[in-house]
Amino acid sequence: MHVTADRDVCVGAGQCVRAAPDVFDQDEEGIVLVLRQQAGDDRREITEEAAAVCPSGAVRLT
Amino acid sequence: MHEAVSFPQTRTCPLRPPHGYAELTAQGPLHRVEFVDGRTGWVVTRHEEARALLSDPRLSSDRADPGFPKISPRALVVRGQPPSFIGMDPPEHGRHRRMAISEFTVRRINALRPRIEEIAEQAAGRLRAAGPPADVVAHYALPIPSLVICEVLGVPYSDHEFFEDTSRRIARAGSDEETAASVRELAQYLDSLVEAATKRPGPGLIGKMVREELARGEITRESLVSTAMLLLAAGHETTANMIGLGIATLLEHPDQLAEFRADPDVVPGAVEEMLRYASVADTTGLRVATEDIEIAGRLIRAGEGVAIPNGPANFDPAVFPDPDTFDIHRGSRRHNAFGYGVHQCLGQNLARLELRVALPLLFERFPTLRFATPAAGFEPRRPDVNQGLDTLTVTW
Ligand code: HEM
Ligand code: SF4
Repeated sequence: MHVTADRDVCVGAGQCVRAAPDVFDQDEEGIVLVLRQQAGDDRREITEEAAAVCPSGAVRLT
Repeated sequence: MHEAVSFPQTRTCPLRPPHGYAELTAQGPLHRVEFVDGRTGWVVTRHEEARALLSDPRLSSDRADPGFPKISPRALVVRGQPPSFIGMDPPEHGRHRRMAISEFTVRRINALRPRIEEIAEQAAGRLRAAGPPADVVAHYALPIPSLVICEVLGVPYSDHEFFEDTSRRIARAGSDEETAASVRELAQYLDSLVEAATKRPGPGLIGKMVREELARGEITRESLVSTAMLLLAAGHETTANMIGLGIATLLEHPDQLAEFRADPDVVPGAVEEMLRYASVADTTGLRVATEDIEIAGRLIRAGEGVAIPNGPANFDPAVFPDPDTFDIHRGSRRHNAFGYGVHQCLGQNLARLELRVALPLLFERFPTLRFATPAAGFEPRRPDVNQGLDTLTVTW
């Protein structure tokens, strides 16, 4: 699964970081950073959860 | 033409949203409603449509728009301050919110844990000194979030007492005049902190915004004060209400309280369920349509007000089966207690941490904590304000 995040859309709620801390991070300013562009099967569930709880629609999975 | 439904409704039990909403949720996602100014608009009572609309850019949070839903008969408190970002739309909203989010990242909030533990420990000491019996709202639930916001904003220690006292008076809204006077006093005080931070670097969010955004001319001094006031208004009473209702709800469910005490691993899930069940900020999700919106076979017209309360969404049986049952094991993460979309609560990770610290610590320090007055005597608040208990007398 390919993971991207739109840093212009992000509102810094940090929900992705809470759901999948080794896939997402926040920079100094609080805006999302993708730590792993590819999420393997072992991280599929938490990554999908991150996309579901993100309030702004910034997290995209393809 | 559909019959207008009654909204907002008064709670029968202050611990949870009105039972009358369940019927509306069962009937459909959108209902016609008449707001207090006589304008007709909509109330949204299902989770799916609530989330869709809260993330729809065709809905505005601009309180100055004549179509913005009026749910309170009270006169609006005149503040003489520019609006804060909770009342802005993108892209202006994002510009202002982004100035504050660096203080609220998961990492920054986690680093506050030792300080919050210290604050909760002190509050527990004050509660003990006040009783038994004692009011756990006055001595525990209200002081903790107030002191935590001092920490976040950068209020110096010597001013904590003034800050706590004034913010308590705002949270415990008396008459409109009293509230307006306290709001003015606090805005003046925060402005003096901004002034001081322009002369000598100050701590916290105020210090940071003075050093960065104010220095670069990206925000005015008045708007900076509005942001600080928003954090106080949005973060103090809501969290205090949650601590009070969390205590009462756990006391009402002794089996789940026993588990909550015994197993730290159930605390995060239990806190999410408390947030869902209490839905304290039930009526904050208010918007006005800037374009026509078709949803669920209905047409919201441009200019109409839309109320998207959290309570009905959090009790939607399609997402939370058997919603009336308080169940710390249900896995309630998709609740709307913090809203949704670009305005979703900025302070949610802080609020969660405060609850995860304050509730277990209280029950640990007071192992025999119980109601001093029967729970049946709790008075619900008016429906147009944040929900909570004004007092909760406990003994131990
Ligand atoms: C349990 C406690 C809390 C609850 C239930 C709560 C609830 C909410 C809700 C429902 C909204 C969305 C309003 C809307 O859609 O218009 C919101 C926004 C907000 N909250 Fe909270 N909140 C809590 C604690 C806090 C704390 C501790 C802070 C900060 C110290 C805070 C700061 C904010 C801010 C700044 C906004 C506006 C965000 C924006 O417009 O982008 N809240 N809150
Ligand atoms: S959850 Fe969404 S809005 Fe929040 S930090 Fe992550 S990407 Fe940004």
